[in-house]
Amino acid sequence: MLTKGELRSILSTEMPAALDQRWAEHAATAEEGHGEENKPVLQQDDAVVNAEHLPAVAHFLRDTFGYEYLSNITAVDYLDFDMIEVVYQFYHIDEPADVRVRVRVGRNPEACVIPSLTPTWPGANLQEREAYDMYGIDFPGHPNLARVYMWDEFTGFPLRKDFPKTGDKYTHVTGAE
Amino acid sequence: MLKTEELQVNIGPQHPSTHGVFRMLVTVDGETLVDLKPVFGYLHRNHEQLGEVNSYLQNMPFTDRLDYFNSMVNNHAYARAVEQLAGIEVPERAQYIRVIMDELSRILNHASALGFLLGDMGAWQTSLLWGLREREKILDLFEYVSGARMMCNYSRFGGVARDIDDYFISEVKKLMQGLPRYFDEFERLLVENEILLVRAKGVGVLPKELALSYSVTGPLLRGSGVPYDVRKAEPYAVYDRFDFDIPVGTVGDVYDRFLVRVEEMRQSYRILEQALQQMPEAEGGHINPKVKQQSLKPPVGESYARVESPKGELGFYLVSDGSGSAYRYKVRAPSFINLSALADMCKGYKIADVVVILGSIDIVMGEVDR
Repeated sequence: MLTKGELRSILSTEMPAALDQRWAEHAATAEEGHGEENKPVLQQDDAVVNAEHLPAVAHFLRDTFGYEYLSNITAVDYLDFDMIEVVYQFYHIDEPADVRVRVRVGRNPEACVIPSLTPTWPGANLQEREAYDMYGIDFPGHPNLARVYMWDEFTGFPLRKDFPKTGDKYTHVTGAE
Repeated sequence: MLKTEELQVNIGPQHPSTHGVFRMLVTVDGETLVDLKPVFGYLHRNHEQLGEVNSYLQNMPFTDRLDYFNSMVNNHAYARAVEQLAGIEVPERAQYIRVIMDELSRILNHASALGFLLGDMGAWQTSLLWGLREREKILDLFEYVSGARMMCNYSRFGGVARDIDDYFISEVKKLMQGLPRYFDEFERLLVENEILLVRAKGVGVLPKELALSYSVTGPLLRGSGVPYDVRKAEPYAVYDRFDFDIPVGTVGDVYDRFLVRVEEMRQSYRILEQALQQMPEAEGGHINPKVKQQSLKPPVGESYARVESPKGELGFYLVSDGSGSAYRYKVRAPSFINLSALADMCKGYKIADVVVILGSIDIVMGEVDR
């Protein structure tokens, strides 16, 4: 059973290459700048891993510590940091223990790529499709990465923070084009 | 020489056995199912994006519309996520009230889900009406306490909207007097019913390891033999004070899921008995009076809170940027994730079994499509 933040210290000795250090300074300034109005901050107490190391870290978690239940996959668009964060929530079946693993990728299509966990955790299938549908994250290795809620011809990713809330071509609001 | 050809069939979106507007693109070889692709989105209504625009309190009635059979449980889960985010304390009495509502919801959900399952098997009407009869009595109680039968909008941050009174408690006790008879009757009629055994035994088997890798939860996971229940794994509210068992199946077929649900109703009954007994000693009122409901601005941060909904693990993931509405609002809908196992459970069975297997997952499209 891992306590909060323990995974990060274990990873830093076992798999130092897997840890993503790029956002450390952002989080430091975010902590100081708490007074800034209505700005989200980046969480730093969980393990932030590089996208290409995610499957290795997930397998490490499952095989070494027994976190075999991948409960929840969520994407969050941090427009201010020009970054999309994907949060993977793992649970232990026999103990009341959870651990969060985060992956942070850029918002442009070339950078927005995370290896799929579906080959090992087929339960990630629909959740990754949802993240693709809503945020445009590419999951190479996914067997069928198609839109899940929006129709196939739809363009754009509706839950991104810069998606226009009014006046797209489907709503025909005056002044829209 | 004879050769066979595979055929694609659409089941749904408008089909009485798909439990809502849900389409399955089925490939069959004769009557045997080769492949199944679930198609969603007919009820998609930007629930998560609305959650980023509404204030925290405005979201509460929206959560009713997720799993509209169990709006009480949805309210509880969402309130827990916001309470965790804002560090709000919930009085003991409010916790007991929430537990009572959750367990009543579980009984009504399982009673009607089993009725629908039997309906899917061809036992049209009778068993469904038996389930709906019990559901109706519980809905009357919900209406008395919250003002609405299905869209209860009952939880608030730090408690519940209205306190329950002696009349409500006496009505719950009156209802509970009749419940054991209903459970017995239901079991006597169905547990060894030959038609049910033929349609359910050995159908839609989901082995334990596969169930775990598929992240399924609720009766589906427990039917496969994994004793995992959020009420025990991470006791929220006051669930650690009750004595109850987690029923598990052995094979993981439709019949095991059926039995698990029947037994879960009995366990909910046990929890209700204990909750009613312990509640008079609970401290505090029905709500934490210090909380500003309408202008709630939780501090910057994030939270993930989950409860054991009758359908599985229902979780809310919230990110706050310090303003009056959530920066990110995500629902971990149990029936959506349980559906990912559907194709694997159906492969190799007859096309008539697909309807039964889907019924045994117990989905609600309001939650799947969001």
